[in-house]
Amino acid sequence: MTDLLAVETPAGAADAVAGVRITPVDAVGLEQRAAALCTRSIKTSSKAAALDLAIRVMDLTTLEGADTPERVEALCTRAHHPDAADWSVPSVAAVCVYPELVPVAAEALANSPVAVASVAGGFPAGLAPLEARLAEVAWAVAAGADEVDIVLNRSAFLSGRYQKAYDEIAGAKQACGSAHLKVILETGELGSYDQIRRASMLAMVAGADFIKTSTGKIGTSATPAVALCMAEAIRDMAEQTGRSVGLKLAGGIRTAKQAWHYLVIVGETLGPGWLTPERFRLGASSLLNDVLMQRAKLRDGRYQRREDYSVD
Amino acid sequence: MSDRLVVNKTYKQFIGGAFERSESGRSYPVAGVGGELLANAVQGSRKDVRDAVAAARSAQGGWAGRTAYNRGQILYRVAEVMESRRDEFSAEVARAGDGCSDEAAAQETTAAIDRWVWYAGWADKFATVLGGANPVAGPYFNLSVPEPVGVVGIVGFGEPPLLPLVSRLAPVIVSGNTAVVLASERCPLVAITLAETLALSDVPSGVVNIITGHRDELVPPLAGHVAVDSLDLTGCEPDMAADASRQAAATITRVVSASAAERQWADESAQSPYLIDAFCETKTVWHPKGR
Repeated sequence: MTDLLAVETPAGAADAVAGVRITPVDAVGLEQRAAALCTRSIKTSSKAAALDLAIRVMDLTTLEGADTPERVEALCTRAHHPDAADWSVPSVAAVCVYPELVPVAAEALANSPVAVASVAGGFPAGLAPLEARLAEVAWAVAAGADEVDIVLNRSAFLSGRYQKAYDEIAGAKQACGSAHLKVILETGELGSYDQIRRASMLAMVAGADFIKTSTGKIGTSATPAVALCMAEAIRDMAEQTGRSVGLKLAGGIRTAKQAWHYLVIVGETLGPGWLTPERFRLGASSLLNDVLMQRAKLRDGRYQRREDYSVD
Repeated sequence: MSDRLVVNKTYKQFIGGAFERSESGRSYPVAGVGGELLANAVQGSRKDVRDAVAAARSAQGGWAGRTAYNRGQILYRVAEVMESRRDEFSAEVARAGDGCSDEAAAQETTAAIDRWVWYAGWADKFATVLGGANPVAGPYFNLSVPEPVGVVGIVGFGEPPLLPLVSRLAPVIVSGNTAVVLASERCPLVAITLAETLALSDVPSGVVNIITGHRDELVPPLAGHVAVDSLDLTGCEPDMAADASRQAAATITRVVSASAAERQWADESAQSPYLIDAFCETKTVWHPKGR
């Protein structure tokens, strides 16, 4: 663990966390590459496959103060069979809710392949007392969550208390037990691509099974450049340690077009091995309807009407 | 003195309140009366139609939610702004039309401006004329109210280029519909100049969207779009109109076309409150009478 402190060495010294090297990010090159990947043209047959893949890797999310058990049940039904009129549409990967609603989701999804994910650990700020955060994680898992999304302690991270941020994630990993741990970096608050790269490495070394861009609760969410930055961090991690960590993109992903841009970014950076629900997720609420509309457009040749799809 | 380079206008499409080139990046040459090149117009694609319908859809609720009085003010404002650019419109109509004299072009511009004013006046009156209280056998107030159908696709009439466009567009939007207009394929430039006046007349973004380009490419996606509630096929050739009607029927879209009398563009027969009604649904409400 002494290696962790190497992060705080003076500029010029090797930047590393627990022995894993953190290379600097070329911001201009990163944004150019991300923009280039987003202009890739996708042909019709690939589009159909991409739309189905986007559904299979989706974490259908509702994180509102106004969430009721009935609303979560309806969401779970939709997660299992996204289009009531067409059962050839695959199920989504998971439903993501607040801990209080995990039992409702777990019951509704008991006979489906859809996993239950819960945010926990003082979401979205992550600044509740540590004991309370860890207790929340353990509670969510006990209530039936297969996956837990916690937030990075940005207060600690941004003030350079990396050890504290690391220990908290490691603690949450323990509290998770067999459930998968996703760590939300909230990239919109980290300030630079270098910081995003550093936070990604720190979270992965501390035991995260997935690293995730955003809570969706602040204005700046997932962008192509951020996705590419984190995908490159995951690639570095795999090269240096042999460990495969997953990537979850969330916040502001509303259209099918955005979704397949992200599929291209991940496919090009990490390879087809990452284009599965085990290693890649899209967290979204309104994306599903747009994907279903595009799917219907490919099937019928007609542009669809939003009013014909569900409100949530 | 050196020769000055002329600064020519780029005629772009009008989608969601913005002047945009086609998503496809294409353009096509537009010739004037004598065959000379007037400008390169945007050659729109089906994706431009899709974007325009999406813009019209999102603008519709807000536009219909305005008070009738306010919509009337805005339509009158369109006439005001056109009046201040009368010479520009006349010149453009004269350049585009086949054998159109300067005098005839000026008359057409005047008639188009007057038509906006005519429909502006109807904004807060048509509901009274077309709807009203119905006598029924029971203790109920029974009221019929015309409400806008939603998004209307208008296939613009070819020539002359200005007056028919205004004659078909004004009755559509006065009741609270939003419109996606396919401009005349041969004379699309005046439609874009009209869009400029709309953009300056407090007409909210997305209420009128104007696409330029080839009919055979643009009519099918517009007619087949599920989010288009009504279609005005006045500018379609019979074969294309038949295909478009079939497409429209599959998504239960109402099809309207101008009658022979309505095609006498300069006459009073081209304007009518029943044209407003053609793009409205009548909602009837039963309300028990109190004691």
